[in-house]
Amino acid sequence: MIDLSINGLPVSVPEGTTILDAARFADIPIPTLCHHPKLTPYGGCRLCIVDVKGINRPVTSCTTPVAAGMEVTTTSPTIEKLRKTILELILSDHPNDCMVCEKAGDCTLQELAYFYGIRENRLDGERRVYAKKDDNPFIERNMEKCILCGKCVRICDEVQGVGAIDIAYRGFNAKVCPPFEKNLDCEFCGQCVSVCPTGALTGKAWGQRGRQKDIKEIETICPYCGCGCSITLHVRRNEVIRVSSREDTLNEGWLCPKGRFGYSFINNAARLKTPLIREEGQLKEATWDEALDFIADRLGKVKAKYGADSIAGLSSARCTNEENYLFQKFMRAAVGTNNVDHCARL
Amino acid sequence: MTNSIPEIENNDVLFVIGSNTTETHPIIGLRMKKAVRKGAKIIVADPRKINLVRFSTVWMQHKPGTDVALLNGMMHVLLQEQLVDKGFVKEWTEGFDTFRKSLADYSPEKVEKITGVPKKDIVSAALLYGKAKRPAIYYTMGITQHAHGTQNVFAIANLALMTGNLGRESTGVNPLRGQNNVQGATDMGCIPNQYPGYQRVDLPSIRAKFETAWDAKLSDKPGLTATEMMNAAMEDKVKALYIMGENPVMSDPDTHHTVKALKNLEFLVVQDIFMTETAQLADVVLPSACFAEKDGTFTNTERRVQRVKKALNPPGKAREDSTIILELSRRMGYDMKYNLIEEVLREIGGLWPAVAGITYGRIEKWGLQWPCPTLDHPGTPYLFKGGFPRGKASFTPVSYEPSKELPDKEYPFILTTGRQLFQYHTGSMTRKVKELNIVAPEAYVEINPADAERLKVADGDTVRVTSRRGSIDLKALVSERPSEGLVFIPFHYREAAANILTNPQLDPVCKIPELKVCAVKIETGHGGQ
Repeated sequence: MIDLSINGLPVSVPEGTTILDAARFADIPIPTLCHHPKLTPYGGCRLCIVDVKGINRPVTSCTTPVAAGMEVTTTSPTIEKLRKTILELILSDHPNDCMVCEKAGDCTLQELAYFYGIRENRLDGERRVYAKKDDNPFIERNMEKCILCGKCVRICDEVQGVGAIDIAYRGFNAKVCPPFEKNLDCEFCGQCVSVCPTGALTGKAWGQRGRQKDIKEIETICPYCGCGCSITLHVRRNEVIRVSSREDTLNEGWLCPKGRFGYSFINNAARLKTPLIREEGQLKEATWDEALDFIADRLGKVKAKYGADSIAGLSSARCTNEENYLFQKFMRAAVGTNNVDHCARL
Repeated sequence: MTNSIPEIENNDVLFVIGSNTTETHPIIGLRMKKAVRKGAKIIVADPRKINLVRFSTVWMQHKPGTDVALLNGMMHVLLQEQLVDKGFVKEWTEGFDTFRKSLADYSPEKVEKITGVPKKDIVSAALLYGKAKRPAIYYTMGITQHAHGTQNVFAIANLALMTGNLGRESTGVNPLRGQNNVQGATDMGCIPNQYPGYQRVDLPSIRAKFETAWDAKLSDKPGLTATEMMNAAMEDKVKALYIMGENPVMSDPDTHHTVKALKNLEFLVVQDIFMTETAQLADVVLPSACFAEKDGTFTNTERRVQRVKKALNPPGKAREDSTIILELSRRMGYDMKYNLIEEVLREIGGLWPAVAGITYGRIEKWGLQWPCPTLDHPGTPYLFKGGFPRGKASFTPVSYEPSKELPDKEYPFILTTGRQLFQYHTGSMTRKVKELNIVAPEAYVEINPADAERLKVADGDTVRVTSRRGSIDLKALVSERPSEGLVFIPFHYREAAANILTNPQLDPVCKIPELKVCAVKIETGHGGQ
């Protein structure tokens, strides 16, 4: 373990820990835009600068490992002035259209501008303008809002193993794009959307469906494959308007295109809404009492005529444990047969 | 899975056979990629050049249906190289001598001839797995959906047993379950020969326990599996079928046969969230709630029981499946009473001790992995620590048998079916999602470029694929993914349903159909659909 002090507090962390992680371990806040705990440190946004005694310039805490006896200061008038200037520089080339931005209220840049009280910008200058060139149905890109933190690039490479995008060009012209600015060859997992600190990357289906107000967030489990990923349903007026996933979950916050973007079936207009009984070849609307009495009667008659084993039931790998248990109990105890199975083999 | 998803990243070797993990289990795929970044090596055995091949050290492109030969070949090498865990074999297994002799026939030279995998790759895969400290095997339906699926699984178990790779962290035999709660549906006894918790219906003492708990007389006769139900419906032995949330018209082999069987029933009830292909044939259709509209639990592929929470009200008059079952049961004279849905989980815990320690309160944030017998038990990340429940594990010698329907002059291609990343199973959910259907709009058949050239088929051409059971018309996708002589069709698309073609031959033990191998021919010049 390495002993150091941060803002005068003694902190002890394993060798190789960065100053940023040591500070967060000790619950000392340091602002960041390009850092993500599951990605390699980047040192791009420079907001995490701190003073280290004996070094005569600020260092980026996300890329500097701790050393024994290190004395770190995370905040001082000079450091805060530098951080504010960095933010002003970023915001000098930002649309600042928070009023209509999908990310408002959940935006790291907006939050930092709030904490640093940046209302007017003394550094106004040239702005980047990009032609929109998005033909994918999942991810909305607003490249003017991109702050080049590189999280999307790193996540695509380091976590997803795809490497669909990277930063091209230099300086003011730098931008995130597919190789040679050709068409995107992407799995549409949306991992990049989940880590983007600004409104540069959002879900296309999210647009104007609700941001923070009147949204309920419910933690549940994804209905698709057997990985069992935790998902958060964002619900407004009895409609799922967005799906996300927390980092402290089995799936570490990562999802696939179905889990993240495949939720609109829930509120699809074609959902079955009423019981139906076939009459003269046609399925006709019925009440629950009519449908259930009809089924009980027909199953009872089949059982009386041909025996319980002439009835079979297929339960569902889509349904809950409780429902599956009740289904087989119904088949075995109420109908009287072991003819119960589901699609495990299919 | 004997082991857990988080353990994957600490494997030093991953042997992935018959699983297109990055498309069918994308988040487990991410863990595998993470393992590679941490230095692990991946062995892929798959007839198609799946995405995971890009991350692999060895890729064995074996012919579909030759898994037993391939696995026996690897084990032959392990014997020769003395990479057997003798201590483990002696202490924890039985039948090794007979098993060892059964491998004599599977020299890498001979296996190369059967599987098409070069001898050197078989040897290097065996050495990689055999010398690893924490190797694990991962498989899915590429192993099981064969008329010899049970034999395939035995071969995998033999491989893990002879190398002692069970009962330790980051090892094991890990079938990746394909659906959100297919593990749970099986655990809950929705299988014809076992009550909840894998307790046999034909053992009198167990039946007596359930008769007491449920206050009902129960049948001692094991029932029919899903695929057998369809055959029984054709033979007038099954007269009425109640289907909750399944779509056999799309998911079962030989669609024409399935539809005929369902039409031959006297009475069909389908309970679902959409008017599926199966619901269209029903006498009564009941509208149910989807996952976001109810409380309960799902059990994922690593036996983790996780909490499902209600976020919305169901549409219209749709009701939760549990409510529907309870109402119907009451009307049939068997009243089941529960005040809360959690009481059902408590009842299950009383009958199956492995989940007795799981309560909604304990799994509010993080799920628990069964066995979890008591309220202070932390759950079980990996099975068989310190021994097997039955004492010693048995080796089961298996020999290679060819698939039931192999290519011939008339049907010269092997068809294999599976899933793709952007669609899910029979498509009743994903095909209602506009965005997914923009990127994955229609069915296709993957054809190797050499075959395409011989057939004079260009990428995007419409072709007709025909088996002994039917024909479908769909787009050709000329791709290096399948080997020559092999074609692949995803089974999500109703307008070109792959299961019209597939072979309903069943594995004699577990009754799984041979969905992964059948013979087809490909013709051009039929215009469009």
